[in-house]
Amino acid sequence: MKYVIQVNEGPYNHEASTSALNFVRAALDAGHEVFRVFFYHDGVNNGTRYTTPPQDDLNIVNTWSELASKHELDLVVCVAAAQRRGIVDEGEQSRNGKDGNNIAPGFRISGLGQLIEGCVQADRLMVFGD
Amino acid sequence: MPILHTVNKSPFERNSLDSAISHALKGSSVMLYEDGVYGAMKGTASADKISGAMKDVSFYVLGPDLKARGIDESKLIDGIKVVDYSDFVQLTVDNDKVSAWT
Repeated sequence: MKYVIQVNEGPYNHEASTSALNFVRAALDAGHEVFRVFFYHDGVNNGTRYTTPPQDDLNIVNTWSELASKHELDLVVCVAAAQRRGIVDEGEQSRNGKDGNNIAPGFRISGLGQLIEGCVQADRLMVFGD
Repeated sequence: MPILHTVNKSPFERNSLDSAISHALKGSSVMLYEDGVYGAMKGTASADKISGAMKDVSFYVLGPDLKARGIDESKLIDGIKVVDYSDFVQLTVDNDKVSAWT
């Protein structure tokens, strides 16, 4: 099966990001393909590398980055939601004249079309969060 | 065309469990996870809704999320199946579509 995962909550809203991580791991373990993970609404907050939780906390951002690197996951952050919440990559930095960027490794910023294309390509869409 | 309906909010906070049950057709499944697992407990105001729907719809609850909340399996409505994440994935395979109620 080919999955698209939509994450609508940040790491500290409820537990949607953790649930999505666990689901993605279980799907990959079972031999399924995760075509794309799309971070929407507050879910874009999963994609900032400036997140610095206490050392004994799970670092959800790093966990996504590590999982992406290990399994070549496509982690896409919604551009409109990202702009509102200050999630910036190099392209957005120069386009909007910002003094820095904060996108985490393995994430990229793109548009809602990526979610739609994912839904067309995939067998299942899993929505996590509000 | 069976659908897996997922519910991640407590029935005492939102009406997503009600929505899932009223939309679930015969042969469909409801998956309770995150705070949705509170809906799986017996003796609550929402327990009869699940029991009543059970002849047509299968109910599942995510074990790790029960454990995270200290809910013992002996407290669950009879007939609800406790599953893990790999079962959750398999349920999304076995059903044709997944509908998330939040």
